[in-house]
Amino acid sequence: MLYIKCPYCGLRAQKEFSYGGDATVKRPNINEEVSSEDWDNFVYMRKSPRGKHIELWQHIAGCRQWIKVQRDTATHEIFQTAKVTEEIR
Amino acid sequence: MSQPFRLNKEGLINRNKKISFTFNGKKLFGYEGDTIASALIANGIHLVGRSFKYHRPRGFFGAGVEEPNAKLQVEFNGHSEPNVNATEMELVEGLSATSQNCWPSVNFDIGAINNFLKMFFPAGFYYKTFMWPKSFWYKIYEPFIRKAAGLGVASIEKDKERYEHKFEYCDLLVTGSGPSGLASAYAAAKNGAKVILAEDKPRFGGTLLTDDVSIDNLSGKDWAEKIITELKSMPNVTVKNRSQVFGYYDHNMLVMFERVSDHLEKKSKFTPRQRLWYIRAKETILSTGSIERPIVFGNNDTPGIFLSAAAKEYMKVYGVLVGKKPLIFTNNDSAYETALEFKKNNVEPIILDTREEHSSELIDEAKSKGIDIRFSHGVIVANGYKKVKSAKIGKLNKDKNSFGKIETVDCDCICVSGFWTPSVHLASQSGNKLKYEEKIDAFIPDKKKQHETSVGAANGSFTLEESLKHGFENGSNLSAKITETKTEISIPNVNEKKYGAHDKFWCMPLPKNENPKRFVDFQNDVSVSDIEIALREGYRSIEHVKRYTTLGMATDQGRTSNLNGLQLVSNIENKIVPEVGHTTFRPPFTPITIGTIVGREVGMEYMPTRKTPMHEWHEKNNAVFVDAGAWKRPRYYKLGSETLFEASKREAKNVRENVGICDVTTLGKIDIKGPDAAEFLNRVYTNAWMKLPVGKARYGLMLREDGIVMDDGTTTRISENHYHMTTTTAQAANVLSHLEYYLQIVWPELNVNVVSTTEQWAGAAIAGPKSRDMLSKLYPDLDVSNEALPFMGYKEAEFFGVPSRIFRISFSGELAYEINVKSDHGMFMWEKMMEVGKDFGNQPYGTEALSTLRIEMGHVAGPELDGRTIPSDVSLNGLVSKKKDFIGKNSLGREAFNVESRQKIVGLIPIDRKSSIPEGSHIVQDQNAKLPNPKLGHVSSSCWSVENNNPFSLAIMKDGKNMIGKKFFAVSPLKNKSIEVEVISSHYVDPEGKRVRS
Repeated sequence: MLYIKCPYCGLRAQKEFSYGGDATVKRPNINEEVSSEDWDNFVYMRKSPRGKHIELWQHIAGCRQWIKVQRDTATHEIFQTAKVTEEIR
Repeated sequence: MSQPFRLNKEGLINRNKKISFTFNGKKLFGYEGDTIASALIANGIHLVGRSFKYHRPRGFFGAGVEEPNAKLQVEFNGHSEPNVNATEMELVEGLSATSQNCWPSVNFDIGAINNFLKMFFPAGFYYKTFMWPKSFWYKIYEPFIRKAAGLGVASIEKDKERYEHKFEYCDLLVTGSGPSGLASAYAAAKNGAKVILAEDKPRFGGTLLTDDVSIDNLSGKDWAEKIITELKSMPNVTVKNRSQVFGYYDHNMLVMFERVSDHLEKKSKFTPRQRLWYIRAKETILSTGSIERPIVFGNNDTPGIFLSAAAKEYMKVYGVLVGKKPLIFTNNDSAYETALEFKKNNVEPIILDTREEHSSELIDEAKSKGIDIRFSHGVIVANGYKKVKSAKIGKLNKDKNSFGKIETVDCDCICVSGFWTPSVHLASQSGNKLKYEEKIDAFIPDKKKQHETSVGAANGSFTLEESLKHGFENGSNLSAKITETKTEISIPNVNEKKYGAHDKFWCMPLPKNENPKRFVDFQNDVSVSDIEIALREGYRSIEHVKRYTTLGMATDQGRTSNLNGLQLVSNIENKIVPEVGHTTFRPPFTPITIGTIVGREVGMEYMPTRKTPMHEWHEKNNAVFVDAGAWKRPRYYKLGSETLFEASKREAKNVRENVGICDVTTLGKIDIKGPDAAEFLNRVYTNAWMKLPVGKARYGLMLREDGIVMDDGTTTRISENHYHMTTTTAQAANVLSHLEYYLQIVWPELNVNVVSTTEQWAGAAIAGPKSRDMLSKLYPDLDVSNEALPFMGYKEAEFFGVPSRIFRISFSGELAYEINVKSDHGMFMWEKMMEVGKDFGNQPYGTEALSTLRIEMGHVAGPELDGRTIPSDVSLNGLVSKKKDFIGKNSLGREAFNVESRQKIVGLIPIDRKSSIPEGSHIVQDQNAKLPNPKLGHVSSSCWSVENNNPFSLAIMKDGKNMIGKKFFAVSPLKNKSIEVEVISSHYVDPEGKRVRS
């Protein structure tokens, strides 16, 4: 079971979180024209990298904040966590 | 009742307390502190089971977790458990153990014929033989294999025991209380670290209990006791015996299995049987020790053959002799300690040492005590079927592959030692890639991936001095980093015997023309020749050899067989062991009970139960409940001997004719506040929200980004910047997360807050033509006329003195209202409604009637919004705005969503107007068509229309809008039904929606 550091609550067990997918995907702006290719990329296309991956988790059984987690998909090592408004490089 | 193999005084058992038990029906006794194994051996019983494949007689081999053979079916404390390790299970009064895998009895086992047919059962036998003909598999081969294979029998009784889970955090977890573990725990505890020390056995101390050593002038055992006593007195230390750390998971999460009360005769009602500990440790010390490995020789599985250290443990811990005429067969010095222990107890051993004559502290001591030592000797084959009677021994020539003199010597046990294998399972599970240490012919931990440090024998250090030093140092250093305190500890003086070098010898050759089985893996009956076959047939990867031969795959996980298997593969392949590599170590290290994994999450505790504030009333009024997620909802209220069908029909009819009330507390409720709330709703829902006035509700539809309908419900504008959203019961949690996602990540600029208020409000729907009359009696001072409170209107008013919210919304399609009061007032509201409703023919209705009402109205719910439908599929495209953008809008333009023959919701009635159509039925053109019969759609919801008094269903059908009036078949192979149906509109009752506005 992973041990995830919520930027608001501190280290908590994975049980308290739910997974939310790739955090680097950006939704096309509302009320703006978007090509169907860009839209399809946003809705369907996801990379499945082996190694570092920045992803979203929600602390559903805690503060209910969505957070960013940079995790190694092969080893589960977590390098960094951040608020969604913060950047992870 | 004498015990012929019990020593007079040795051992740590309590001789003042006798414990009776039975083995295969025979009444026996042992002492408190015995294991089943030690008690049986004391009684001279060695034949305890039959082997897996050949049904060969098997006895004890080890004295603990390494045991491959002695797995028994054990009944105790009222339950029956298979595959219990007899060398680990402590004796309790009244315990009854029986042998497994034998029929009719362990002494005469018909399956043993496999032993004589062994030429027909080589490696891969099952794979090769049972492949053909294919049709034989299910009916003939599989049942036969099932009967012949398998060990014990799982109980089919309900497990009445209590199991617990515990979550724990610590600075340092120490796994194993041998010398290095004790030293680590002690040093860390002195530094103020929070320490957990786990010991798998009942007694602490590990090898200190059996080795002839002294520490600071105390015997090993006394020193261990002193340290444990001190550790137990420290508030920062948790010391646990009978606790096996069996798994090392991500982020330093270790899982431990504690046998809390299996050894107790009596316990309190709330004492769990076993407990599972999830331990998050900042650092872990793996002081798991090592396991002796055997030397392979002919018939080396005969009962009476033991690991040499196990024989010593039986003497020193249990005061039991494994035999009175022992042969000690070794390639190293440690077995000499066993020989000396025999000698001390007046038993004359013969030592067969594969090494050439040489000298060491232990050899010299054995010589001086007059023990018969034969160098360059080994056991070729053990004689005896159900027990060792003698052994053919041979003098090894210099090449170690041929013999000089061969002779037969009498013996009643053979104690074998092929040197020591560090227990690296946990280290390997943690991600540590092991390395091969030539010096000890075994793998030890290498680079770490997690916060683990192996010390002592687990790390390949086999001297006490080194183990203690590493233990103290690592315990101190690792904990000091956490506590930032360092207490100096002087490392104690150690007195131990120096060992000479071991012989890299692991398998006895066979003389010409002799071919006894030489087992590598006892539990799975894998012999040298099986591995040879696998290699001959081209299996190269050790992982493939493992699977083909089943080497190391049994419940003992190859603890005594893996390295010898690797040696064999290396020899044949002319490789060195590190090139062959090792197979993967996986948790659990030892088998654990299913009950422990499940813990308290059984029955009532399987998941939380959510009850509405009116639950008690429903219970008292014969409600039959149905699970809606974690909620309990009344499905129907049973009157007399009514069936579900009769009751739901009565309730639904009453709503259509009079008035009914329904507990709708379970609907998801979300409070939405903020100056941008309207804009937010406008983006979340497909329809327009900017112009909804205060005091009005609106039905809304929300999509996922891929255009699929996510949920529907009404949202009411309570005040300028305050909205009350309802969701379906099932989607409540998802919708909240969905809203939070958009507010926190996508549109953080919107000033809106959302919070779940599902639990804060109790809700009741009042539905039916008489609902307004009833409402006016509930709110005598309020104008509830159609003009003052129109369809989709909203009012706040006092309900007999308590605040309430009145929504004029309808799911049943009738004139209807929903009243919300604070949860605490829920019961009050309900009872008042029942009281006032009497005059209007009010009856409560459950979810079954609720479904009937919405189905015949053509209102969609979960079965239609099944994650595959877009708004137009369920005839809700009227709610999709063309003027504004919203979540999922761009996906609705997809080609597949816009083809002419797109699926659509329709209504179905049976041609005979009588046959109910099973939900899930497929709609086909021709019921007799050849399979696969093309599917045109499926039946999503079915009811008995109370309005028209015949069955009616909703279906999602290909090209649905052009199908009205056509006839098809609804077929359900599951229910073995085929019903001719006619397609009609999905709005079966009141298609214009006049009633809700009346």
